[in-house]
Amino acid sequence: MIWVNQIVQGVLLGGYYAVLACGLSLMFGVMRIINLAHGDLAVLAAFLVWLLTERLGIPLAPALILVLAGMAALGVALQRVVLERSLRAGILVPLLSTFGLAIVIENLLFEGFGADTRSLAPAIGSLAYDSWSISDEIYVGRLSVLIFALAVLLLAGLQLLLSRTQLGRALRATAEDPDTAELVGINSRGVYAAAAAIAVVTAAIGGVLFAMRAAFAPYAGPSQLIFAFEAVVIGGLSSLWGTLAGGIVLGVAQSIGAQLDPHGFLIAGHVVFLLVLAIRLALGSAEARGRLRTLLGKSA
Amino acid sequence: MSRRASIAIERWTPLSRAASIIAAALVATLVLAPLFLDANAIDRLTTLFIYILLGTMWNALAGYGGLVSVGQQAFFGIGAYAAIRLSHAGVAVYPALILGALFAGLFSLLLSTFALRLRGGEFAIGMWVVAELCHLLVNLDGLIQGETGTSLIALDAIAPGHRRDDTYWLALAAMVTLLALVFALLRGRLGGSIQAIRDNEEAAASLGVKVLAAKRIIFIIAGTGCGMAGTLWLASSITFQPQAYFGVQWTAYMIFMALVGGLGTFEGPILGAVLFFAIELFFGASGIWYLVGLGAAALIFALFLPRGIWGTVEDRFGLRLLPLGYTVRIPAAAEPAAGGDRSASRVGSLPRC
Amino acid sequence: MSLLTVDRLDVRHGLLQAVRGVSFAVQQGEVLALIGANGAGKTTLLRAIAGAHRPAGGRILLDGIDVTALRAYRRVALGIALVPEGRWLFPGMTVEENLLVARSSRRPGPWTVERVMDAFPNLRPRFKAKAGSLSGGEQQATAIGRALMTNPRVLLLDEVSLGLAPVAVERVYHSLQGLIGEGTTILLVEQDLARALRVATRVACMLEGRIVLEGPAASMTRERVTAAYFGLGRGAEPRLDA
Repeated sequence: MIWVNQIVQGVLLGGYYAVLACGLSLMFGVMRIINLAHGDLAVLAAFLVWLLTERLGIPLAPALILVLAGMAALGVALQRVVLERSLRAGILVPLLSTFGLAIVIENLLFEGFGADTRSLAPAIGSLAYDSWSISDEIYVGRLSVLIFALAVLLLAGLQLLLSRTQLGRALRATAEDPDTAELVGINSRGVYAAAAAIAVVTAAIGGVLFAMRAAFAPYAGPSQLIFAFEAVVIGGLSSLWGTLAGGIVLGVAQSIGAQLDPHGFLIAGHVVFLLVLAIRLALGSAEARGRLRTLLGKSA
Repeated sequence: MSRRASIAIERWTPLSRAASIIAAALVATLVLAPLFLDANAIDRLTTLFIYILLGTMWNALAGYGGLVSVGQQAFFGIGAYAAIRLSHAGVAVYPALILGALFAGLFSLLLSTFALRLRGGEFAIGMWVVAELCHLLVNLDGLIQGETGTSLIALDAIAPGHRRDDTYWLALAAMVTLLALVFALLRGRLGGSIQAIRDNEEAAASLGVKVLAAKRIIFIIAGTGCGMAGTLWLASSITFQPQAYFGVQWTAYMIFMALVGGLGTFEGPILGAVLFFAIELFFGASGIWYLVGLGAAALIFALFLPRGIWGTVEDRFGLRLLPLGYTVRIPAAAEPAAGGDRSASRVGSLPRC
Repeated sequence: MSLLTVDRLDVRHGLLQAVRGVSFAVQQGEVLALIGANGAGKTTLLRAIAGAHRPAGGRILLDGIDVTALRAYRRVALGIALVPEGRWLFPGMTVEENLLVARSSRRPGPWTVERVMDAFPNLRPRFKAKAGSLSGGEQQATAIGRALMTNPRVLLLDEVSLGLAPVAVERVYHSLQGLIGEGTTILLVEQDLARALRVATRVACMLEGRIVLEGPAASMTRERVTAAYFGLGRGAEPRLDA
């Protein structure tokens, strides 16, 4: 039964990963850029909300709105100043520039807030630790369930945006072919700015959720980035719902790993990630596909 | 008299001849350094050699192979860990250090079968995950005791003076060997392949350039080099705390050195390492702002000066310090009526790594 | 005043000069056919007018407004639409979405998805199909329809018959006739000389980046066009024996 509990926890954890990762997935899908500063942006947002609620006494809801608006503007600025130059410059420049940015952000956070861990749990009161018991052995945290529900809503909203709205169509067209998109009247730079804003805002939401579930510190960014990336890759780089699936797989692997060994949480996650990558590579090669077909008795 | 001289293609220019002689003299001086420099200076030079090694290795991967790895610290740590384990098992200290590096090289060989099939960001973060996993697994070793770490105890048996000098010479030898190895490869067939791969991988492959083999060679050299740097770091600091070896800050340092110095050039990472060393010397104590500065430098250089300092200098002044490129000498036709032989030759050079 | 004026345009591909000092004007309602051998610079010229390629010199004027420095999407908003050589539809999006996405410039005008369906009835059954799965003729129809959705004042068509079966070409040109009948200004590049001469009001022949022959379609004889097309008679008396 304890295993079922772990799996349930893992699935719910996947919800958080999906929120954190969907922005990464979007930015990669539209701009082919992996933003190595994604995790640090999430942590930045958490610190800003903490600053507003704990230090300045602003209630949570308005603080959230302020920070998310600010992060959207930051996303647009990021696009204009950093990402735009990186777009056509090959694979090195985007990785190097966002890596440099990540280092700047996390060290500035350290400079500003020190090494202490903080938490946004005080801002949400008992929600941080309330739970429902489904059976004698299975407890689900209220916050975790809410986060999962939020993840589903967020992904559904993004999916709707992409498939039903003019902006969504413009995003998809620009992702497929930015030059032709310009020729049919789409302002590709504006589209990229919108994508960056959405990506950073979702990262910010992820950061705030992270801060509510756990304690955070200035250097927490890189580990969250790795989890987000693992979720995106496991789920398949080109799908939003895949990011949820990937997050769930990662969360379940980590939770089961944690049960096996105190160090198992991280190890299990990384191992599953590398395995999925390896399997996908192996299946991706035509030679392997051919061998698999023979094995299954199908004609070539 | 009008003689039709043929077009000559040369590799050595007067400048590169001079530069090579100076470099050789410099190395000779460095070999003798422990005889006239104090302990502090020897320690510092050892650190500089390690930095040069790291910068060159990361540049080889990214600048020549086009592979941005955010996980080279995996080999740095594995090399040191292997040395600790070998020494613990009874192997003599300095051989253990070298074997540790080779072990890291072997690990990179095995990893290359998987890692080199990844592209772009997948490769970058995939390597990072590998490094994190190595860190976690090394932590599980009872000898290491998690983040507490352990020390290269066998080094205590050697007098500090000898230890310092031996480590210095090993570091110098490792740096020179790996630099020479990279140089030799660039000058040879691999150099041309790399340039072709960098310009257009598919076109290069269609011409018969063995893309995967070239990348594999670079990957293994980089892995071995980073492993050697790790064992050297262990030799000079003696302690092994996994956090200090497997941390991603090493990638940050390598990126700074290669990018600011000159990505894709031979001399660039050396310049970058010297710069990094100097900055750390003067600003390292200012803690956080030093790190912010490093990150900002990487950001600014990536966006505005992607060729780095040396690359920009090379491009601007057409400078080629070491004989890695090709120079074409085209003799102008001699004027028949004017008599005498005024053969001015036009010199151009083909771009090189 | 001409609707579209090109003034001494120079366009380069790296060091190669693709368009050399080209000047011409297109009046409202005209159909100008650009003909010439491969590599003459026709596609580069159209792309430069549409904004996909930065010229090295010269100007492009739309209704007197200098659009030379404007990015492509701004020119679409002003009324220039290009149907690129090779169609370049968005393969992951359906026919309907390809048409709808062209409304991004929000130019007012008569064109709607319904009207495009009327102009190209062969698209109706393929409305929800992914653009990547369409046949050549259907792709061409969608590409033209997509350009029309921007409500253009000048429609640039680059080699619409390329890679299409004759029957599909027939269908495309039949629909184009409808457009021409409504007074749409068209600048089209066409390899098929006979078709070009039939559908155009004016003809311009390009050779190695320059316009070497220009005039009303009716006054073009096969001989004149052939001579200009192949650059015969440059620097010598033209040989006009057929």
